[in-house]
Amino acid sequence: MKKSVFLGTLSAAALIAGIAGAATLDDVKGRGELICGVNTGLTGFGAPDANGNYQGFDVAMCKALAAAVLGDASKVKYIPTTGETRFTALASGEVDVLVRNSTWTFMRDVDLKFDFVAVNYYDGQGFMVKKDLGVSSAKELDGATVCIQTGTTTELNLADFFKANNMSYTPVTVADDSEGQRQYLAGACDAYTTDASGLAASRASMPDAENHIILPEIISKEPLGPLVRHGDNQWGDVVRWTYYALVAAEEYGVNKANIEEVASTTQNPEVKRLLGVEGELGEKLGLDKEWAKRAIAAVGNYGEIFEANIGSGTPIGLARGLNALWTQGGLQYAPPFR
Amino acid sequence: MQEQLVFVRNQMLPPEAPPPGQKGIARWMRENLFSGPMNSALTLLGLLAVVWLALHVLPWLMHSVWNANSLNECRQIIQDRWGEGATGACWAMVRERWHQYLYGFYPQDMYWRPNLALLLLFAALAPVLFSSLPRKMLWITALYPATGFWLLWGGTIWAPVVAMMGFVVLWLVFTVLQPRLGVPVSAGIGVVAAAVWWMVLQAPMTDALQSLAPLRIRAVDSRDFGGFLLSFVIGVTAISASLPMGILLALGRKSDMLLVRTLSVGFIEFIRGVPLITLLFTASLLLQYFLPPETNFDIILRVIILVTFFAAAYIAEVIRGGLAALPRGQYEAADALGLDYWQAQRLIIMPQALKISIPGIVSSFIGLFKDTTLVAFVGLNDPLKGITQIVRADINWKGIYWEPYIFAGALFFLICFGMSRYSMWLERKLKTDHR
Amino acid sequence: MAFVQDAPKDSFRLSMLIYDTRYRSLTIQVVVLILFMLFLSWLLNNTIQNLAAKDRTFDFGFLLSRAGYDINQRLVEYTNDSTHARAAFIGLLNTLLSAVVGCILATIIGVVVGVLRLSNNWLVSRLMTVYVEMFRNVPVLLWILLAATILSETTPNPRDFRVTPEMQAAGEAPKATMLFGIIAVTNRGTDIPEPKFCVGKPREECDADPNEGGLGIIDLGIFKVSLNLLALLVVFGGSIFATRRLKRQADATQDATGVRPVTWWKNLLILVLPSAALLWALGLHFVVPELKGFNFAGGITVLHSFTALTLALALYTAAFIAEIVRAGIMAISRGQSEAAAALGLRPARTMRLVILPQALRVIIPPLISQYLNLTKNTSLAIAVSYMDLRGTLGGITLNQTGKELECMLLMMGIYLTISLIISSCMNIFNRAVRLKER
Repeated sequence: MKKSVFLGTLSAAALIAGIAGAATLDDVKGRGELICGVNTGLTGFGAPDANGNYQGFDVAMCKALAAAVLGDASKVKYIPTTGETRFTALASGEVDVLVRNSTWTFMRDVDLKFDFVAVNYYDGQGFMVKKDLGVSSAKELDGATVCIQTGTTTELNLADFFKANNMSYTPVTVADDSEGQRQYLAGACDAYTTDASGLAASRASMPDAENHIILPEIISKEPLGPLVRHGDNQWGDVVRWTYYALVAAEEYGVNKANIEEVASTTQNPEVKRLLGVEGELGEKLGLDKEWAKRAIAAVGNYGEIFEANIGSGTPIGLARGLNALWTQGGLQYAPPFR
Repeated sequence: MQEQLVFVRNQMLPPEAPPPGQKGIARWMRENLFSGPMNSALTLLGLLAVVWLALHVLPWLMHSVWNANSLNECRQIIQDRWGEGATGACWAMVRERWHQYLYGFYPQDMYWRPNLALLLLFAALAPVLFSSLPRKMLWITALYPATGFWLLWGGTIWAPVVAMMGFVVLWLVFTVLQPRLGVPVSAGIGVVAAAVWWMVLQAPMTDALQSLAPLRIRAVDSRDFGGFLLSFVIGVTAISASLPMGILLALGRKSDMLLVRTLSVGFIEFIRGVPLITLLFTASLLLQYFLPPETNFDIILRVIILVTFFAAAYIAEVIRGGLAALPRGQYEAADALGLDYWQAQRLIIMPQALKISIPGIVSSFIGLFKDTTLVAFVGLNDPLKGITQIVRADINWKGIYWEPYIFAGALFFLICFGMSRYSMWLERKLKTDHR
Repeated sequence: MAFVQDAPKDSFRLSMLIYDTRYRSLTIQVVVLILFMLFLSWLLNNTIQNLAAKDRTFDFGFLLSRAGYDINQRLVEYTNDSTHARAAFIGLLNTLLSAVVGCILATIIGVVVGVLRLSNNWLVSRLMTVYVEMFRNVPVLLWILLAATILSETTPNPRDFRVTPEMQAAGEAPKATMLFGIIAVTNRGTDIPEPKFCVGKPREECDADPNEGGLGIIDLGIFKVSLNLLALLVVFGGSIFATRRLKRQADATQDATGVRPVTWWKNLLILVLPSAALLWALGLHFVVPELKGFNFAGGITVLHSFTALTLALALYTAAFIAEIVRAGIMAISRGQSEAAAALGLRPARTMRLVILPQALRVIIPPLISQYLNLTKNTSLAIAVSYMDLRGTLGGITLNQTGKELECMLLMMGIYLTISLIISSCMNIFNRAVRLKER
């Protein structure tokens, strides 16, 4: 009797509140807040700190987007999603954009009707084993027990890899990283496989990191990137070019510290267009002139984000590798801003 | 001469001490621990189990570290203090993150709000649970949903006030129509009227009142709820919202009307037949298909609705048990007094049946409270897995395993144990009333 | 009878549908039916609209496509080339296995603990109270994790069983040895000997064959049936039938003469001999697991994920069952046990012959809900890497195909069916033990 009040108020208020339309950009602007789907907690990529503020490599992308669209990097509402709920959350309009280390695959792009707008991290599936196992290559793992984290493309890659090499294995499908790490450390599995970035983070947190090695084989391509709903191309463009603005900023040496100075002194026409000194790229996107400038000023360029969250300066200590700029032998490459 | 014949003792002998095996600890042990070969074996086994457990857990607990900034620092301290290879508990994590286990991401300067809401919850529950308190206190209970909601979520005070007015509308319509149209019809019209109130008038009236008298506190997004706060919000809301539904379902299940009975049984058996986790997945994955296109509301609200359905099915069974426990004479007496169905239910049957059901309702609540940990599977921050996952995602605490579980588990134990003791006490008290 | 004639039909007014008790229930039912139908069509309509808006289809065709992932515990044949439907079936079997074993274990532990809680051994009854309270008041998820951790942390790695030539030369023993030389408990699972059959072939040849040998198997499409097992079941069933006959004969003799013939050794012979003879004829032998590479091979591996899940669920549910059993026993009046004592029954027999049969009536209805709870709680299996229905169909398959509507509905349907089967079976049993009132 008395108690249904909760539901009554809530549903009345909530029904009016969140309604997802096709024009996500207008929705975001109207709402004054970006709703960003993130991981429930992945070291370095996205997790709240002790004060409840979300930090991480993927989270920086959300902040940059909020800065570009709304002018304030803090106007983001983070919705933690699990492996099962992430795509539904995006499809149902619960989140505007999903930045949750999701692998770009054909099926997700075509069959599940999403658009992967870019690749913000090139990852690959690797193996970690204990040094005293005496294994130096994944090809020597015939008959081994392997821990896999479920909810990703990992299970399929693993099955394919062992099949291709005509080897057998016993899979132990674990629910999350901490469980996988525990089982691996307890010796319940000989090898632990997940994205190489995750392996590096796990290894960094182990009490005896030097006793564990990550095998050289990377058995899959895991291009991770932000994704949006199919069919809303304007919003897709906003997300895509905000991301490329961060990459381009690194390429042209624009960073958080020097952005004002560069904006006023630069002679490079591309940088001028990027920072809104010249041209009207922002208006074409449905934003204002300084969208990219705000994004870069809020979170820094791609290199800065990388270094601050997962780079060699952090305990995770990932090398740039494939994620270096194309000028430095990597794959990160921004199309021209013109 | 008589004095010489000393063969009658005229002094009492002091009582002899019992033989060594018949007193003190030895006797107690023989009677309680070693009264037979079977019992002795059981005792020895029990002792072995206790010793084994102590040997394995105690050293770890003894080597506790309370002051550190990261797991590695903890490990370093343990190594320095207790030597190479020693293991120990790193409670420093709990010290740093305890507030997230209790409140999730609720803004830290506003912890007084959930605290006050919890206190008021006890005040609101007291008149229901302890019949010796003055009946006037039931007003606190009636107003609690609005105050609790306002304290937790914040925002303008007028939203809950106007929502409560919807119930007043329901009640008014019901009392006006009830003598003419009977209970079911007038209740139906009342619900429709209230629904219209909430759908149409809620928003404009709230805005109007707010602009007249701006009374608001900072709004808190339900996404920020987490930890035990979330468990309590889901558990308490679901159980209390499920009471009316459970009563209706229980009555429906006992109804003479075939269709009503079939629907009630179908609903109850369906909900009880599937795991809660699939209902939670329904909330997060399937509701988007079942609701009109473009509607999309808060995941916590969706979870609460589904958990309410879940609780209602269990509560219905508890109340059905209460109804069955009532002697047949009560129903017959009500009929003899000429009361109609609803009068009999309201005045005679339900007050007694609900009273008998309270212990069952409390144990349903305990079960549900423990089950709220499953919301982690749909990405909410429950105290056991959700918050722990967040803590572990911090590079400082990555790799910590037992401490968060023990901390959350101990809190769960304290809360549930307290409630179950209360329910047992209540059961005993109620028993004397009825036998 | 004349007084309760229906009112004349011609005076029917519309308002009688509400006010007249004869029609009211019909009116309410019709209204409820209409509302229910409206609700259903609303749901259906929404679903169709939403599917169209998302450009999705509702079909179960994906179940027949290749699953592509591996499952570690397979009760019937499965490879990553099998279909998603097959994977779901494997998951279902794993769910059922865990549920059935869990229910049996929980009943045994629950009854023992419930009786021990009433024991007059101080330490034991206190320990049992601690056990019951600990388990009842902490979420079951925690117990599942705890069980898994204890199993994998306290057991040796398969590597520890290895005896290298150097160790042999030095005369060192390996760090871990097999139990009785045939059972290996590692931190992944328990390796037990596998029964194999062999008819008319040298044993080595049979062992090299991955099939179980003997009479062979028939392939039924969905799963394969072992003819050996079938033959054994037939023979054993025959034996049981024979013992029934024997019992009937003994009853008749007892009725006629008043003396019951001694039958236990005949029973034993009838039960054991034919089956043993059949097994011998089929060439039953056990293949002892051996350490090969990273793991043991050759035996049957009972994974710790299964053991942990089942054990934790059994212990958790047993705590509730113990309380139910205790309440059931306490509900039997003291007079019953006193009467039994007066008849000269010993306490154990009193419990078995007098108290428990009566307590059963009080115990069974709540026991059914506990069985249902245990079955439903197996859906937490993924927490310890056990691939049950939720891990396969509701986990990896859902993730890979993105068919959340189909997967979830199918999964709910399956769980619902299992629950309904359990509760109807238990209700039949309940009817059988209920007090026969005439």
